[in-house]
Amino acid sequence: MPTYTLSINGKKHTVEADAQMPLLWVIRDLVGLTGTKYGCGISQCGACTVHFNGAPIRSCSFPVSAATGQPITTIEGISKDNSHPVQKAWIAEQVPQCGYCQSGQIMSAVALLKTNPHPTDAEIDAAMQGNICRCGTYPRIRKAIKSAAGATGLK
Amino acid sequence: MKNRDQALSRRDFVRSASLSGLTLMLGVSVPGLGKSTSEIINISSADDQGTELIPWISISQSGQVTLLNHRSEMGQGTFQAIPQILAEELEVNLDQVVVLSAPANQRKYGPQPTEGSFSVRGWYKQLLQVGATARQMLIEAAGNQWNVPVSECLADNGQVIHRPTGRKLGYGALVEVAARQTPPQNVPLKKRREYKLIGKSLPRKDIPLKTNGSAVFGLDKKVPGMLYAVVERNPRFRGKVKRFDDSKTKAVPGVKKVLVVKRAVFGNLYEGVAVVATSLWAAMQGRKVLKVEWNDDGFEHLDSEQLSAQMRANLKKPAPSAPLETALRNAAKQLEAVYETPYQSHSCMEPLNCIAHVQENRIEIWGPIQEAVWIQNDLSERFGVPKENIMVNMTFLGGGFGRKGFTDYPYEAALISQAVKAPVQVVWTREDDMSGGPFRTGAFYSCKGGIDEKGNITAFQTVTAAQWFWQEWRPEPFPDPEPLKENHGNVDGLLSPYLKAIPQYSFGGVATRAPIPVMWWRSVYASTGGFASESFIDELAHAAAKDPLEFRRNHLPDARYQAFIDRLEAVSQWKSRGKNAGWGVAITESFGSICAHVVSVSRKTDGKLKIDKVIALMDCGWYVNPDIIRAQVEGSIIMGLGAAILHATTFKDGKAVEQNFNTYPMPRITDSPEIDVHIMDNDENPGGVGEPGLPPFAPALCNAIFDLTGKRMRTLPFKLDDL
Repeated sequence: MPTYTLSINGKKHTVEADAQMPLLWVIRDLVGLTGTKYGCGISQCGACTVHFNGAPIRSCSFPVSAATGQPITTIEGISKDNSHPVQKAWIAEQVPQCGYCQSGQIMSAVALLKTNPHPTDAEIDAAMQGNICRCGTYPRIRKAIKSAAGATGLK
Repeated sequence: MKNRDQALSRRDFVRSASLSGLTLMLGVSVPGLGKSTSEIINISSADDQGTELIPWISISQSGQVTLLNHRSEMGQGTFQAIPQILAEELEVNLDQVVVLSAPANQRKYGPQPTEGSFSVRGWYKQLLQVGATARQMLIEAAGNQWNVPVSECLADNGQVIHRPTGRKLGYGALVEVAARQTPPQNVPLKKRREYKLIGKSLPRKDIPLKTNGSAVFGLDKKVPGMLYAVVERNPRFRGKVKRFDDSKTKAVPGVKKVLVVKRAVFGNLYEGVAVVATSLWAAMQGRKVLKVEWNDDGFEHLDSEQLSAQMRANLKKPAPSAPLETALRNAAKQLEAVYETPYQSHSCMEPLNCIAHVQENRIEIWGPIQEAVWIQNDLSERFGVPKENIMVNMTFLGGGFGRKGFTDYPYEAALISQAVKAPVQVVWTREDDMSGGPFRTGAFYSCKGGIDEKGNITAFQTVTAAQWFWQEWRPEPFPDPEPLKENHGNVDGLLSPYLKAIPQYSFGGVATRAPIPVMWWRSVYASTGGFASESFIDELAHAAAKDPLEFRRNHLPDARYQAFIDRLEAVSQWKSRGKNAGWGVAITESFGSICAHVVSVSRKTDGKLKIDKVIALMDCGWYVNPDIIRAQVEGSIIMGLGAAILHATTFKDGKAVEQNFNTYPMPRITDSPEIDVHIMDNDENPGGVGEPGLPPFAPALCNAIFDLTGKRMRTLPFKLDDL
């Protein structure tokens, strides 16, 4: 089996995996970071969203062989102590219910605010529509993104 | 840990006699309560919970308070609400406490089914009493130590204070002595006006775990030496495995074993072929090249059209009741309508999964579980292992909605573990989860009504045609379904005072016969029955030329409902709406709560209909945490929206057609309307919160569409864009 060296949350990980193995399973089962979730396996729900070179991707449909050479960030890399403004806003607005999709939601929101620090409602909808929340936390996601956008310290 | 448990079990045994009011039978040590539980929810300090003062409450000598949530946390908020109740009477600040998930233990915590929106309404009295009893034990320990009357002492913020002298002792210093006492009986509870925590929107303690990826869901749980399995299950549910060819599967590196497995779905054993491997990826690759032949002899390969035709025919079967027929005949106006709702999958964001480890006379289960004690009992019966040797540990659940309140997936995992003699995690893919059932049944309703000259309902009849899940317990061959008796079971969602106001009513039904597995789905039959009854009430209001809200008010001879309608009218500014501006209202009653939605729709410049706003009013009586109530109602509205206008499970050739989110579209942020939730303040008994917010949405939406367009939507789901 081929080996791949991935840069995840600033740390190098060398894994042995099928070339076609999705990055999701590499992150969860080979690297052991379980904050990134499996939801559909076909890029429909966004639960598996991570950043590849800063941009959000669906790791369930992204082969490990394409994932080398650029930094990967998972929810664990946003901050472990909930100090990121988006995490703070998520807590302040009490967004999560079951919480299963929220890693992906937060990854999409962080990516949005990085490129667009003050998004309109339509821009929020466009950036977040790939992330399904079965608990229906969307009204609070909208509020949290707006409050994070208003917070200082966001780059 | 072991010594402590042994010591505890003696104390617990003494205590069981004095806590009879709590219907608790104590006296069992709890293996797995320590380390494995702490791993599950990732709170490292859980290793030392200190001394168990009373079930649910442990305190360390340093004063660290640990409170147990004995229910499943699937998003609905028990991880916050249960400790919030306990902490109120215990007089501790929630910031100071650690919350852990309790394992299955009926003798200690009673039955633990997390369903029926029952966690708070079913347990608040016991939990208040547990907190108060523990507080009194600590106060008595302090009084004894100071040698002062207990009446001079009070508990506050984790310590006992001697009022005359101002002396203080922290709970940590008192717990060892307190735990040796016989718990006092009938400790008086605080008055509602004395509450410091209950009634407040305190932040949920599970949320910080869910914003940094550290919350452990079932799929995240790891056990040393664990193998992984995926199962190719018969897509026609009840058929058997004829043969399978695993020659290619076994050639996949990592695959260890391929075997026929079963899962028990009510009275039937469903079959599948499991691929067990050293990694989930290997198991999934092995399954791709597995060939299974099924024997589906004797089962109808139903299509949705056939199911619908059967339900429509069944609606005509029940014999009409004579007094009702007379009342209908004598009515000034008569109305008749049929409402159709589809099958639905639960589709939790976390697909089903379960870890089982079956050993000689011992079974351990970890997973997203709504029915910990039922699973314990089920496995005990099926494997002949004593209940006390079966540990069922609840992880966080990535959604539940009823589907994880079942025993089929743990049983299947246990069979595989037994065969491979190792702990095994069985993972359902999204496709397995969405198409494997049990589903919410489709349900059709035939409604007839009569109104008099004054616009009062004189007769009301509902006939239901659906699969009843309680009939699923019967084994093959299919029995002739029993007709439902009148006024039994299928009026879920209907407002109970209507029955006082309507002189003649009748509710009957005929079970639909189908090999499709069905079960409960968030708000159960209220999710379909509420649609029929509240749509039909609206149709009657229009036939009577009455304002739909006023019409309801006139048929609700009950002070609580009158107050509810007054508040609904105020918060929605109902009277300010324009004529045919696209406003609809629906009110349903389920799980002990009343909930109303006022939906407004409008036509946009592109010609398409849009849901602009939903104003909700919830009356769940005595409540714990208003923000959790608001969150549950918001989420229920969005889940109800999906079932009304976005998705349905259909069947072709006996198999579920929709297998993933590309064909079963979920509500997305772009579908989410503005939502405004209000809560009634009263002293009624607590009602449910997790489910009652769902049923009013579909009828309120359809009533709004009628108001705007004059078109009556009686079949779900429909596409807004088609209107």
